[in-house]
Amino acid sequence: MSPSSATNRKRNVNSFACVFVEFILFLIHLSPGVTSSTSPTSVRQCRRRFDVFTVTSESLSKLRNCPHSPALHGSDSAQRPSMTSENGQDPRIARISSAIRVIPNFPKPGIMFQDITTLLLDTRAFRDTVDLFVERYRGKDISVVAGIEARGFIFGPPIALAIRAKFVPMRKPKKLPGEVISEEYSLEYGTDKMEMHVGAVQAGERVLVIDDLIATGGTLCAAIKLIERVGAHVVECACVIELPELKGRDRLAEKPLFVLVNAA
Amino acid sequence: MFAAENGLKGDPRLQAISEAIRVLPHFPKPGIMFQDITTLLLDHKTFKDTVDIFVDRYRNMDISVVAGVEARGFLFGPSIALALGAKFVPLRKPGKLPGEVISEAYALEYGTDCLEMHIGAIQPGERALVIDDVVATGGTLSAAIRLLERVGGEVVECACVIGLPETKGNCRLNGKPLYILVEPRQIDNCC
Repeated sequence: MSPSSATNRKRNVNSFACVFVEFILFLIHLSPGVTSSTSPTSVRQCRRRFDVFTVTSESLSKLRNCPHSPALHGSDSAQRPSMTSENGQDPRIARISSAIRVIPNFPKPGIMFQDITTLLLDTRAFRDTVDLFVERYRGKDISVVAGIEARGFIFGPPIALAIRAKFVPMRKPKKLPGEVISEEYSLEYGTDKMEMHVGAVQAGERVLVIDDLIATGGTLCAAIKLIERVGAHVVECACVIELPELKGRDRLAEKPLFVLVNAA
Repeated sequence: MFAAENGLKGDPRLQAISEAIRVLPHFPKPGIMFQDITTLLLDHKTFKDTVDIFVDRYRNMDISVVAGVEARGFLFGPSIALALGAKFVPLRKPGKLPGEVISEAYALEYGTDCLEMHIGAIQPGERALVIDDVVATGGTLSAAIRLLERVGGEVVECACVIGLPETKGNCRLNGKPLYILVEPRQIDNCC
């Protein structure tokens, strides 16, 4: 992508910012957990993904400076007003975003797979990823971090240890020994099941659900249901990556979602 | 080698770790006493102690890679990697890792299975630790060692929370040292 076309695209976004504010106010009036970011449809390339996120963050920065905008501090994406770069984005996000590798046509043709294993090879970016979540959730009286098999197992335990919470694995069928409860959820074709141990989470506990990525939101939704079935409260869902075009955020109903990176 | 025989004799953390692990008879099939580490993860202090024991051991060994075996190795490996400033490399069942991988087959009781690792995750000469929750016959860990060595990695040690009787007291796997925190607790057979 050429620098001039990127600049033009950024200008166009900025010029729509205040109209965008009104739209956001309308959506927030309907539902508090709604995203405030939009991204233009674009050819799916790794470098383009990062540029889209930069544009998105500029839009959000304009929103915060617009007189009618509500406080959006960190409500759905990683921004820290106290320590932001010029475009309002936490400076650690850029490195995290570029550390994620996109693999076309995996697991099947047409899917652009967001591969976080390259993030795990960048020790600073991996540390920053965990830190961003820990900073958000420390001191919020969260006693359980529920991580979804298997990539939720990579991010969940370090966060749980840092915020002094239990870690509870949410697993595919028949992996957990002993007594479990199950929740079925839809796939593109057919259904799958998620299981949680009976007794792992107590009624009234405050829970964070973590996974590497939210796509359609089906898996996160199943996790929320399992946790609520035992009388616990899901405070927030947290993912490294969101695929906003798949509208998983909407499927979580009123549950807040926090993500670090939006992937186009 | 067991931690208790290797510098941590009488360490109260080892007893707490042993007691935090739930033993479930006849899972996944009759005759197996399943060592369930999920109860350890519910005990924040003991989970932290587990990670700390490994980190203390490997801190000055110049480890740049922690390779965790799917899926329960993922529960311990990343925290250890972060504390050591090392990369975390997931070793996965077939078909899970996107992009270019290498594969290593290993024997099961009936049949074989496969472990995969990304090409390019490890550079030749890197010093690696392999982590899993449990070691039994050592088949999975041996496959992990072979994967890392095929790309020129140097496996410094394999580390597990629990060592089952099938290890037969072996303190080496494929010539590599094996470090284990606890052995299975003896429980009354209730079934």
